Formats: sequence, structure tokens, C-alpha cells
Amino acid sequence: MTSRIELRAAPHVSKGASVERIMFNVVVALLPICAFAVVQYGLSALALIVTTTLTCMASERLFNRLAGRPAALSDWSAAITGLLLALTLPPAFPLWMAAVAGFVAIALGKALFGGIGYNVFNPALVGRAFVQAAFPAAITTWVPAYYDGRFTAFIPTTLTAPLMTPPNLSEWVGRHAVDGFTGATPMARWKFENQIAEVGDFLSGMATASVGETSAPLILICGLFLAVRGFLDWRIPVAVLGSAMLLALVFHLADPGRYPPPVFVLLSGGLVLGAVFMATDMATSPVTPLGVWLYGALIGALTVVIRYFGGLTEGVMYAILIGNALAPLLDQLTPPRVFGQARGGLRDHFRRKPETRP
Amino acid sequence: MTFLSFLRNNSFARGVHPDARKSTAGSPIRRMPFASRMTLPLAQHIGTPAVPLVRAGEEVVRGQPIARADGHLSVPIHAPADGVIEAIELKPSARGPWVESIVLRVYEASTQEIRWAEPRDLEALSPAELLRAIQDSGMVGLGGATFPSHAKLSVPESHPIHTLIVNGCECEPYLTCDHRLMLEYPADLMVGIRLAMRAIGASRAIIGVEDNKLDAAAAMRAQLPADGDITVRVVPTKYPQGAEKMLIKALLDVEVPPGKLPMHVGVVVNNVGTLTQLGQLLPAGQGLTERVVTVAGPGIGKPGDYWVPIGTPMRTVLGWAGVPDADAREIVLGGPMMGLAVASLDVPVTKGVSGILVFDPRPEESAAGRREYPCIKCGECVRVCPMGLNPSMLGMLAAHREYDRMGAEFHLGECFECGCCAYVCPSRIPLTQQFRAAKGILRRRAG
Repeated sequence: MTSRIELRAAPHVSKGASVERIMFNVVVALLPICAFAVVQYGLSALALIVTTTLTCMASERLFNRLAGRPAALSDWSAAITGLLLALTLPPAFPLWMAAVAGFVAIALGKALFGGIGYNVFNPALVGRAFVQAAFPAAITTWVPAYYDGRFTAFIPTTLTAPLMTPPNLSEWVGRHAVDGFTGATPMARWKFENQIAEVGDFLSGMATASVGETSAPLILICGLFLAVRGFLDWRIPVAVLGSAMLLALVFHLADPGRYPPPVFVLLSGGLVLGAVFMATDMATSPVTPLGVWLYGALIGALTVVIRYFGGLTEGVMYAILIGNALAPLLDQLTPPRVFGQARGGLRDHFRRKPETRP
Repeated sequence: MTFLSFLRNNSFARGVHPDARKSTAGSPIRRMPFASRMTLPLAQHIGTPAVPLVRAGEEVVRGQPIARADGHLSVPIHAPADGVIEAIELKPSARGPWVESIVLRVYEASTQEIRWAEPRDLEALSPAELLRAIQDSGMVGLGGATFPSHAKLSVPESHPIHTLIVNGCECEPYLTCDHRLMLEYPADLMVGIRLAMRAIGASRAIIGVEDNKLDAAAAMRAQLPADGDITVRVVPTKYPQGAEKMLIKALLDVEVPPGKLPMHVGVVVNNVGTLTQLGQLLPAGQGLTERVVTVAGPGIGKPGDYWVPIGTPMRTVLGWAGVPDADAREIVLGGPMMGLAVASLDVPVTKGVSGILVFDPRPEESAAGRREYPCIKCGECVRVCPMGLNPSMLGMLAAHREYDRMGAEFHLGECFECGCCAYVCPSRIPLTQQFRAAKGILRRRAG
């Protein structure tokens, strides 16, 4: 009789968590945000989301095949990159440029480093950073939300032919804009015109912004869904938002005329989206508990500093990319306390001590 | 749970909550019949293998020593049944290699009474004589460690012991043998605890039980002596609470420093199964010839806890427990978190086997499903490692074969292979196995 006894190494049971399940849940959590974006911006937003997602998944497949890795898309990570990328782009962004962003996100942001798990930077933000530099005009062309006819026709720039410059939108915006639309984001208006938007505008999605950045409550609810199910480290958004608010409060108290109140910093731009869905990217954030707090606090503080003192109106993207770059270092500097080792407080965490090198 | 775990501090930090699946906890321990042939490896304990006292063809009676201890870190082996020694030869072991074993053909018509025993007045014995008696009984840590009991209870005078901790956690899923022993033999357990306290000079004993075994806690409380030296403490159920260092932390809020033993903080930890058997065997002057084994797993006809004679082949045990097709299953000795999968059903039940678990082959994991992903640095392993290590980093170093760095910079030596990291890993990286291999390589390098 041939024995077909199975031999495996302990543990023989598993919690049942899997990369596929984590990633799939993130996709599910992003869908309401995408749906809200389509409600606001209509066909153009839908086309943008579909374009980046398909480009990312196709690029993932291509590079996996080139690298000889199992060409599975079933891990959903490329889809997440695609969805997130679309959410960070302006609604009127030309589709061909979005496709470039999607390709670059996967190619430079992920495949170059060795694929899933090995990427240093958040791939979606790498794609976004690339098009920010490559297409500075298109990435700052804003349109009003809830304009009439958004479900029947595209914004003219959306269907720009590949490699062509998009047409000027000011005449189209003039026809569709509701009163008070200025064509600038609240951050830019504060920075260059010293005007502070109403909190209500942010909550209802009326504020001019990228596709998925307009509703902080919705993003927080979706993030909470993931955190409760254990697929998202709640410490990161708490640290990012907390440190950003704190620093903004310090500035505001020091000079209320010049610096906006903390709630404006919290709600404007992509801070909430970045804190909940991008800073929390597992592969590019630290693993040690203290490292996670420091990483989040750093991103929040950097965001405020870049917004207030940098040449750009938006700082979240670069803050997160810098945080990503520092994540491995933070892991090294903040090893967990080994069971039975003396408690040394914070200082102990920062002491590098390869005690007995052979 | 993850949100609020910091609020509860009457346990150790981190750890996991696997499904308990202790379906056999409700039924009394039954007795397994004697197999017709038994195999007794000479090395069933940590330390020097025993030396045979018998030759092929010799008749033995149940309870008779058939191999003697070889030095201090060694224990004798007793005949589990009346019979005749068939051979002393190499037989397959649970870990794989064939090992020197005594093969006993059992007299099936025998009544199998224990006729080899010398009851003694234990009160009259000095601690040294008591330890000697414990060694003669062949007792080892029955929780699975198989460290000779008398050696564990021989504490150097430089380390005074204040507390004996009695480990009734049984935190591994499926296993219920300790649970049943606590329920059914609490009086024997108290005798064993008293003996161990005398041997180590401890003035108090604390029995630690997880809160999924409250009936066992109640049964033991009913048997507690009036002087209050022995107490029962209920701790929240969490894996790996049954690990010595974790239980000491949970009960006394003391952490054993890295590289140190419980005795360095004035504590000795013993398993309830070990002490119950000690309380039965020592007054009767008998040797260890049987133990309680949990036989469980999906699709078993008669799962439950059984008194199994040591030396009974797996095949016989599983046959009686109603597993007709054991050849096509995964057989695990011990619990599912730390247990050992066996390659041969001819492997016998030895002193350290607390459970025999039978798992179905897992087709969903056999081909594409078992795909291992690269580490996505989710940090879950860091959040569950009870020793405060960074398994994610250790795993990456293992993949690059940087074993020296694993040991020197990332405290690999502190890993006791509880399996929490691999249990939670969404990438299905066999972290625990990598660490086991790395530790082996480092041990060999150290010579």
C-alpha cells in the first residue's frame, strides 16, 4: 500500500488571512468613493477610473510575464493602484495621460522593485507624481462638480487624442460653472488669495478637488470598514491626521490671520484620502508599532509644512512618498522590545545595538 | 479585540486566538486496549538515551524497567505490558530518522495488572531521595517538552524557588487531555503538586487555567488543601499561554529575561498532566507506562481522550479511534500550532505525545491555492509575536540566508517556534519553519 500521508511543518492551522482577501477588501472599500466620484463628475470620472484600473492591471500582467512571476491578477493589488490613482487625478484629466500614469505607476512604482511586496513607494503616488511633472497644466485644470449633463457627455478634455495637448477648458467651464466657481482648489485659493472655503462645501463634495478627494466623511467610513475588519492599520490615519491637525493648530494659534484653522487643513486637498488609503499601503509603511506612529506623524507634519512653505499647493503626495522612503529606516530604528528585555522607554528604541556580533 | 487589547493586562502581550475546536472536552477519558506489538524508543526524552536492561527473548511484566537512565539527564523506560522482548532494533521515529527501540510482543491473554511496583512512604524521603524516586519513575514533561522531570525539579541552591507554577492552560487547539485530567483526577494532581513543591522547596503553587476550562478550575478548587499554599488562577484564553515564559508573565507579571530560565526568577513551571501522573505513580512506586492522549480531528469516528499505553503504534491507535484511511491523511503529533507531522504510521505513542490529530488532505491548498506571496509587510506577525520579535524581518533575512544577523541582531534565539507568525501570515510564508531551520543551522555552526 502506498502511503499518501501529508507532511507539513507546524503550524498546521492558519488564521485564513490571505493577500487576496486583504486586497479584495480594499477594492471593496474604495468602490463607494469611486461611485460618489461618478455621481459628482459623471462619465468623465467613470472613464478615468476605468482607464487607470485597466492600464494598471494590464501593466501588472505584462511585467509579471516579463519577469517570469506568476501572472496572477487575482491578488487585486494592481486594481487598488488603478483605483487610487484615478481618485487622485482631476476629473477633467485626459484619458491618455491617465493611461500613462497607470503604466508608470506599475512600471516604475512596482515592477521595477520586484512586484508586490517589494515596492518602496506607493505605486499610485509614483504614477501621480510622474504626471504632475509631465503634464503640469492638465493636472491643475479643475472643473465644477455636479455640472449639468455630466451623465450624457464627457468633459471635452477627457477624450483628448493621445499625445495631443488638451483643449482649453475655460470657455466650457464658463458655460457649466455654478456661481462662485473659481477654477482653483481651496488650497490654492487659500494660498494665493487668502480665502478659506466653507466646511459645508467639503462635506457635500462641492469643493473643487480631485476625483476622490471631495468627501472626507465617506472616505473615513470606508476606512473604518477596513480597520474594523483588520485589513487596515488604524494607527496610521490617526497619526497622520492627528499630527497634521496639531501642527496646523500651532500655526493657527500663532498667527490666525495667516494660517487657516486646523479643520480646513484636515478637509482640504487629499489629506484624508492619503491618510486612510495611501499612507496605509502595507508594503510601503513600517511594521513595528512605534515605527507606524512615527511614520504617520511624519507624514502629517510634512503635509502641513509643504502646504504652508512649499511652492506647491498640495503636500500629501510628497509627504507620503517621503514617509515611504523612510519606512525601512523607521523599522530599523524602532525594534519592538524583546520579551524579558529591560524597558528602556523611548531612548531604548533609538539605540542601535547589535549586541554580540559574531 | 485588536482595538482594545491594551486594556487587559492580566495576560501576556500579543499572541493569537485560534479556534479552540476542543470538541472532545465533554467526554470522559477512555482506555485503549493493548496493541499486540509495541515499540519503545530508547530516546523518548531530552537528554541521553536510556540503556536497555533486557535482551531479545526475555519475558517482562507490566511496569518492569526495561531500560535504565544513563546519567543525570536521562530516565528509565518501563514495560507497558506483559510480554516478551522481540528485538532491540532501529525503528522509525516521529522526527523521521530510525532510532534504537525495544520491540515488545504483548501477551494478549494476560490480565495486564501492574505487578512491578514498590509503594513507599514518601514523607520519609529527603528532597534528594525524592528526586531519585522521580527519576526512577521515568517521568518527563508530558506537555510535549519531554524534559526529564527530576532534572527540572533539581534546582541549584543558588536559585531559591518561591513559586511552583502548574500549567493547566492547554492553549493548543483540539487538545483536551490536560483538561480531562484536571476534571477527573484533581486529587492526584494535588499530591503531585505537593511532591514537586517539596522537591524544589517552593512555599506556594499557582495553578493557571484558561477561562475556557472553568469546570476544571472548579474541580481543582474543590480539592485545594486548607492551608492555602495552592491556588487556582483563571487567565484569559490566548495562545501561547501554555509557554512557560508567557504563563509566568500572565500569573506573576514577571518577565524571564532573554536567555534565562524560569528558575532565574524563582519559578519552576510544570504541566498539570505531568504532576497528575507524578501524584499517581510516586506513591504507588510505579513507572510511567501510559499517558492520556487526545485523538481528534475532522472525520474521526471515535474522537476523545484515551489512556494509551506508551509504545502503542499510531496505526493501532487510529484504527481503534475509527480512522480507516489514515494513510491518506495528515497526522500531527501534539497540537496543531506546534505539533509534528509524522511520515509513518508505525511511529509509536511516546511519552511526549499529548495529541494525535488527523487532518483531511487539503485540496484547496494543494496546487494554486498554496501560492506563497512575497512579504507584503502587513506587520501582523510583529503584532502577534509573544516574544516581541520582528518575524517579517527575520523571514527576509532567512530568505537571504543571513542566519548570523538573524541571531545577533534580531534575537532569533528567543523564538520558541510557537507558530503565531506563520498562523497569521497572509502571504503564507512558512516563517516558523524558516526560523526552525535557521536555528538548526546556527546551532551546527556554533559546533
